[in-house]
Amino acid sequence: MSAAPSSTPVVSHLKGLDYSVVQQCMHCGMCLPTCPTYDATKLERHSPRGRIALMRAIADDRLEPTKTFADEMYFCLGCLACMTACPAGVNYAELFEHARAEVESRQLLTSPKRTFIRGFTVKWLFMDHRRLTAVGRAMRLYQELGIQDLVRGSGVMKLFPKRLRELEAMTPKVQSQFSNELIARVTPATGAKRFTVAVLTGCAQDLIFSDVNRDTVEVLAMNGCEVHTPPDQPCCGSLHAHNGEWALAQQLARRMIDVLPPERYDAIITNAGGCGSHLKHYHKLLEGDPAYAERAALWDRKLKDIHEFLVPAGIVSPPPAEGPKVRVTYHESCHLSHGQKVVTQPRQLLNAIPGIELVELPEATWCCGSAGIYNLTQPEMAGQLLERKVKHIRSTGARVVATANPGCLLQVINGCQSAGVSVRVAHPVTLLAEAYRAEAPKAVAAVPA
Amino acid sequence: MSLSHSVIERLRSILGSDHVLTAREDLISYSFDGTAALQQLPGVVVLARSTADVVAVLKLATETKTPVVTRGSGTGLSGGSLPSADCIVLCLVKLDRILEVDAANLTLMTESGVTTIQIAEAAAAAGLFYPPDPGSMKISTIGGNVAENSGGLRGLKYGITRNYVMGLEVVLPDGEVLWTGNKCVKDVAGYSLRDLFIGSEGTLGVITRVLLKLLPKPAAKKTLVATYDQMDRAAQTVSDIIAAKIIPCTLEFLDRTTVRCVEDFAKVGLPVDCEAVLLMETDGHPAAVAEEASLMEALARRNGAIEVRVARDEAEANRLAAARRSAFSALARVAPTTILEDATVPRSELARMIRFVEGIARKYSLRIGTFGHMGDGNLHPTFLTDERNKEEMARVHHAFQEIFDEAIRLGGTITGEHGIGVAKKDFLPKFAGDASMRVMRELRRALDPQGILNPGKMFD
Ligand SMILES: Cc1cc2nc3c(=O)[nH]c(=O)nc-3n(C[C@H](O)[C@H](O)[C@H](O)COP(=O)(O)OP(=O)(O)OC[C@H]3O[C@@H](n4cnc5c(N)ncnc54)[C@H](O)[C@@H]3O)c2cc1C
Ligand code: SF4
Ligand code: SF4
Repeated sequence: MSAAPSSTPVVSHLKGLDYSVVQQCMHCGMCLPTCPTYDATKLERHSPRGRIALMRAIADDRLEPTKTFADEMYFCLGCLACMTACPAGVNYAELFEHARAEVESRQLLTSPKRTFIRGFTVKWLFMDHRRLTAVGRAMRLYQELGIQDLVRGSGVMKLFPKRLRELEAMTPKVQSQFSNELIARVTPATGAKRFTVAVLTGCAQDLIFSDVNRDTVEVLAMNGCEVHTPPDQPCCGSLHAHNGEWALAQQLARRMIDVLPPERYDAIITNAGGCGSHLKHYHKLLEGDPAYAERAALWDRKLKDIHEFLVPAGIVSPPPAEGPKVRVTYHESCHLSHGQKVVTQPRQLLNAIPGIELVELPEATWCCGSAGIYNLTQPEMAGQLLERKVKHIRSTGARVVATANPGCLLQVINGCQSAGVSVRVAHPVTLLAEAYRAEAPKAVAAVPA
Repeated sequence: MSLSHSVIERLRSILGSDHVLTAREDLISYSFDGTAALQQLPGVVVLARSTADVVAVLKLATETKTPVVTRGSGTGLSGGSLPSADCIVLCLVKLDRILEVDAANLTLMTESGVTTIQIAEAAAAAGLFYPPDPGSMKISTIGGNVAENSGGLRGLKYGITRNYVMGLEVVLPDGEVLWTGNKCVKDVAGYSLRDLFIGSEGTLGVITRVLLKLLPKPAAKKTLVATYDQMDRAAQTVSDIIAAKIIPCTLEFLDRTTVRCVEDFAKVGLPVDCEAVLLMETDGHPAAVAEEASLMEALARRNGAIEVRVARDEAEANRLAAARRSAFSALARVAPTTILEDATVPRSELARMIRFVEGIARKYSLRIGTFGHMGDGNLHPTFLTDERNKEEMARVHHAFQEIFDEAIRLGGTITGEHGIGVAKKDFLPKFAGDASMRVMRELRRALDPQGILNPGKMFD
């Protein structure tokens, strides 16, 4: 986890990028109104068009990569709303990852604190599932033994700076059981088998939302899938790629392909929007590696978001529900809607559940501020976005918010809780699983305390 | 020479340092507008939040003879808000309040940095209608629309921005604030100064407030899409519709290349295997709309349309219009540099002009995609090129020259809606003639004797 020695030659990721990608932006400005950071500041530098202009200036040698540039690349949420808006087809995702890689390879933002946090999370914790599980167990213990309540109740936290206090409040509630404790390695199809699929259990997902993984497996089994969930799955590497750690992301992708050989399954299923958006691009990541390039391409073709897989396959209808319908609204994970363009399928899935009345959330595609670890690195902007999201949630009168990404789930839970909006936040697949179990959809429940 | 420190310091004390940007990263972000292949770093960028801010900045600029380039959202297509060296870029996007919607007088008063779509939405919320809808309406500012006298998809029936401006608050270069116009439908007191500032491209004053005329919302509308295997047939349909004394609100045209790019982006089910698509819309009283729509459909079929599709509902109609608005940017999918033309001819000459442009593209071996406001005689042949290829860029330049000459010969104009800016500056004297040039120069000198506002734009 030590930083690269300064003698290594600096690779310019932006200059190495195919120039047609850099040049694609024709600076029409059509993306500006959809960019949350531009909307909040009205400054071009904080807009997609401005950011691309800076990247291009570096590629053209008109700008030295500076700390200001680096800060800008980390002020960007990476929400990719600009990609959906851009008629010219600019590949902002690729530009953005290269720009952050440029920042990291030039060590433009090194500070002891940042090096420590990144070293701990990106380079150590999320590189090995066992470490993550171990930390998870420790956190579980901390929460179960009541130490957390003790610490919170004691007022000790008041001694810490405000930022740290907020962080502590954000510590997610670790699940009492992880995926491998909840799910068999192979779950047979209920009824006739139509597909053999693998489910990615994810890292953060597994730790804090392992029940979503269990629900995913149940729902797939109900829909004729034999479901494989191999243990010791690595992190998918999206955190690393989005944070400029290219080589680590490649390493994790290779390991993933080894653990889940794509030729064995009809589909490889992910239920986390953010991971899926990265997982579908392993070929791009490994195209220079002759040993993996071809399998990575096959991997990309097999990889499906759960909604994207289920809806065209035809969803088995749950039993009819009794009692009044529960009002549900749907918040779109950025990387599911902008990154993967999976927009209608989650709504179709929700509409297939008998006990639900689906109402549209105003600005459903506007980022909630979670954005990977953005809520930790840019709390102010993230807080503004969350407030806006919660305001819209409140306006729908919904009692359940469905959203399909662990980061969004956590963020929205935290936001609603601190604003005193009593809604349940759940993955769409969880709602479907409950319907199969013939439970009436829970209205208000289990918001982590 | 660079902008002096003392000017920047004084700007900071007037506006607060958060609103004065000097970092190289900021200057780069404001070094261009929507026009291809133009770029120049400014000296400083400032953000005004009130008319008083604008007054103070202009007073300082006059005193120190510093050039000022006014900027809205920087979507202009003639280089109007392209900075000049060492200038102050005066950005107005923070003048972002709609001040009044007056349903009794059908007017709307707004600050000039509000976006066009926000105005359309505010009008709609009061059951009213603001018709001008440039392709960039999601982000262009109303100040920019007035300064460029922008058109849109509804020009044929509803006219352009000029037809909706009832009053303006303008800050003159020396900092004096001028108000022209009012809520009266009729007003002939003195010269129409308002009309002088409309289309002035930031050269005569800085517009800070706009009083707009609104209309009652049309009760019904119908949108049709017709496809053709020949461009001529689409053009003939347009002529026939106008000859039949129908004034639809929209008659938009897309050629094969443009349709493919637009469909690739917007996925609204446009037919990609055809030579031309006409997007037609009629609005007004439901009975009239029904009658006009069926007549338009019949005329399209008579001219050999392969298919005529009617939008099912308002949502589909809006999706089609939004797709059309993305045309220019969508063309950038197939080429690194897209340079679009704006020559406009009297409607009767349209078919001839289309053929001429096709011939020019062949003559200079250039790729083009053409779309535009066919009902207004305003087409946008867009060259799909690469600014790094100097030799090809030279051919593009020659092609332009010939297109302009032909447009003038046919009784048309060198720009229908994008303005002169720097892109068409060289062509203006020939088009306008000596007398007009002299009057324009004298007018500009009278209002801006030191020449600090948008120097080098429109004419020298
Ligand atoms: C994708 C796309 C589609 C477009 N479609 C159309 C279309 O259909 N019809 C059309 O007519 N145009 C169109 N345009 C061109 C452009 O959007 C318009 O000219 C628009 O009015 C510019 O607004 P803006 O706020 O971006 O102004 P800017 O580009 O910032 O400025 C334009 C000019 O106005 C001046 N200016 C701006 N604000 C003020 C002010 N408050 N006071 C004084 N001067 C000012 C500037 O100095 C400059 O000369 C399109 C552009 C794009 C990129
Ligand atoms: S990213 Fe796309 S929408 Fe944004 S300015 Fe560039 S070309 Fe236009
Ligand atoms: S990724 Fe999101 S925050 Fe970043 S430029 Fe695009 S729209 Fe803005």
